[in-house]
Amino acid sequence: MLWKNGAFVDDPWRAIAEGEDPPPAGHVILPLDWWLQERDAFANSNAPIGLRVEPGVSIETFLQDLGRVSLIALSFPKFGDGRAFSTAALLRERHGFRGEIRAVGDVLLDQLQMMERCGFDSFEIKDPTVQRLLSERGAPAYSRFYQPGAGAEGQADGPRPWARKRI
Amino acid sequence: MDFGYQIFHSQPGSRLMRYAISANRLRDGLVVFFAPGETWVEQLADARLFDAEAEAESALERARADEKKNLIVEAFVFAVKAGAQGPVANHIRDAIRATGPTVRRDLGKQAAG
Amino acid sequence: MYRYDEFDAGFVKERVDAFRDQVARRLKGELTEEQFRPHRLMNGLYLQLHAYMLRVAVPYGTLDSRQMRKLAHIARVYDKGYGHFTTRQNIQYNWPTLADTPAILDELASVEMHAIQTSGNCIRNVTADHFAGAAADEIDDPRPYAEILRQWSSIHPEFSFLPRKFKIAVNGAARDRAAIQAHDIGLQIVRDAQGEIGFAVYVGGGMGRTPMIATKIRDFLPVADLLAYTQAIVRVYNLEGRRDNKYKARIKILVHEKGAEWMRAAVEAEFAAAPRVGIELPAEEVARIKAYFAPPDLAPRAHSLAFEARRRSDPAFAAFVASNIAAHRMDGYGIVTISLKPIGGAPGDASADQMDAVADIAERYALGEIRVSHEQNLVLPHVALEDAPAVFDALAACGLATANAGLITDIIACPGLDYCALATARSIPVAQRISQRFGDTARARDIGQLKIKISGCINACGHHHVGHIGILGLERKGVETYQITLGGSGDETCSMGALTGPGFSSEEVVDAIERIVDAYRMLRTDESEDFLTAYRRVGMQPFKEALYETSKGADI
Repeated sequence: MLWKNGAFVDDPWRAIAEGEDPPPAGHVILPLDWWLQERDAFANSNAPIGLRVEPGVSIETFLQDLGRVSLIALSFPKFGDGRAFSTAALLRERHGFRGEIRAVGDVLLDQLQMMERCGFDSFEIKDPTVQRLLSERGAPAYSRFYQPGAGAEGQADGPRPWARKRI
Repeated sequence: MDFGYQIFHSQPGSRLMRYAISANRLRDGLVVFFAPGETWVEQLADARLFDAEAEAESALERARADEKKNLIVEAFVFAVKAGAQGPVANHIRDAIRATGPTVRRDLGKQAAG
Repeated sequence: MYRYDEFDAGFVKERVDAFRDQVARRLKGELTEEQFRPHRLMNGLYLQLHAYMLRVAVPYGTLDSRQMRKLAHIARVYDKGYGHFTTRQNIQYNWPTLADTPAILDELASVEMHAIQTSGNCIRNVTADHFAGAAADEIDDPRPYAEILRQWSSIHPEFSFLPRKFKIAVNGAARDRAAIQAHDIGLQIVRDAQGEIGFAVYVGGGMGRTPMIATKIRDFLPVADLLAYTQAIVRVYNLEGRRDNKYKARIKILVHEKGAEWMRAAVEAEFAAAPRVGIELPAEEVARIKAYFAPPDLAPRAHSLAFEARRRSDPAFAAFVASNIAAHRMDGYGIVTISLKPIGGAPGDASADQMDAVADIAERYALGEIRVSHEQNLVLPHVALEDAPAVFDALAACGLATANAGLITDIIACPGLDYCALATARSIPVAQRISQRFGDTARARDIGQLKIKISGCINACGHHHVGHIGILGLERKGVETYQITLGGSGDETCSMGALTGPGFSSEEVVDAIERIVDAYRMLRTDESEDFLTAYRRVGMQPFKEALYETSKGADI
């Protein structure tokens, strides 16, 4: 189930496995390796494309494609593997990526807001408990932070330039 | 002054070895032992002892049902042997769990006795 | 010291409220242990050998009397009447219940404290020189910078799931009392040619299984760039640090495997590319935080006749002055170390009554300020020498006047197998027996400066690698065995100790230490040559000969 903007929503995207033919209509999420080999085939296509990126892959690998792709799905093989937090932050703040950044894999309830603050805006939730908790109570939402973040937040009152408050 | 540095000896594979199951109680974290009647008790002396490790392992499955019931956490099997005052954990770590800090004889299970 | 404003208080309250809710859900069975564990650890609550253990953060080791009384209150009401001060300048409670923990966190929040980020693979409590703001050799007070780092690193969205835990230390004096070269990041305050304050930046130090001395990657970092540069280091680590093996996951392994030059280049490139918005430190903000740590208004005091008279007439007081009172930057004042190492006691433990007494003494004689040192002692940073006799008497009345700071009986020891679920051997009983063996004050003073540090497992919480004499407790076939290292040091001359050879049984280890000490006394040039200096001059061999002459040690 896809959690986005505080609700479960229908997902227009379809994840394509390695070797499977993508449907021509687009809205497919391709494994990065697949894309790197086949991207010339999309030279004349405007079909929306998404990429699935595993942790450990340098952004440099697909930097030239950021203008072409509409979605980047960053994978969390284990919830404790936090590399994608930095990848998302770099995509947003360094490279100005404006498309969707999606968290896929092992995503904890209490990570959602941290992910949002690093620039993620959608979350694939597979765990039934997390699905239930989100349906019942929504995502945990703290309102005070000690760092600038990418979420819906603004400069906090007071002197501390690094502090932010949720709007 | 008792600095509690007595040596704990172990003889793995000894024929006198028996087995028990321990865990920590969820609510207060205190060490508990699986006992006859599939309950949990605070003293090793009251624990159920198993003659064979395999028997203890299969009882562990039942003990773990209490993890799902949120009574205990981290249940495991450990070896014990007979002592003058009842069963004694074979490994130093389990022995300290079953008695209390060796540097504070007034705390832990040893204080209750 | 720093005081919470509405924002800080609100931040902590939100977190405590959330944890209370999580505990309630756990106790009702709505969360499994797997789901709950990350929350529990994020709030400093471990499950140890006998019970839960709550680790409370003492930011850069600074406390006031009000907070110390609260720590005593918690020990009394929610624990078993004592607490353990740690090598990370924190305090641990060994017996709290899960059900009580939210109430404890509420109590802490009422005095501007918490237990956030005292566990987990995040940026841990930032530590600093325990003499900060008082030491005669200080360049600048490290605490404002530690406080800024503390705030910025609290629940950092990008850095809460690092490959491993991450420790930052800041030192502001010529003498390194914060062991910065044994930390993931060490910041040494320096002045440049123009007299501007900045930081020399060290990266990749650490102890544990693979001890490493940090590499300096920056000679001078301007204060304004403190957060941006720290972010660059942690980001490079988060992306590049190893995650395939938890024992190779600290930043020291990354620096070691990729090389110091690679690390420097990667950090500098990341630093150059990152936007500064929101994390550049404006001078006025630094000044605002510094104002909280402004030096107290101490007038220089004339030579105290009462102090001198007592020192001449009372050998016990003279011994206390010699070892436990350090030079203060202001004439007529001293920095008093309160030893939590009574002869035969458990290093770092303090009873609730002792904590209350220290709070009272600090309030009466030391402007209400208290520090926790990474050597597991307490410190009163500002004491008029005129008041030192009264402070000494008050400490003696509650068993806290042991005159052994920096001496052989001032032993660091982790909780070890008496409490810790990770330990492989006991530490405290070994410390107690060594302390007892060298308990005679005259003997300890003759031996001089000697730091013994004991860890009960390879994780090295007892800092054994940087002990002049280090002891590492291991388990071999179910029996505790102790390895000895010599020549470690955590100061500005940082070095990691070298293994003497085969380990010793619990029964043998105290005799082994005594043979090392006797060898040192034989070979020192004179009484002014301390153990570390002598070791560095003569090397391992003479000690090895003394050590293994009568015992061959265990074969490990």
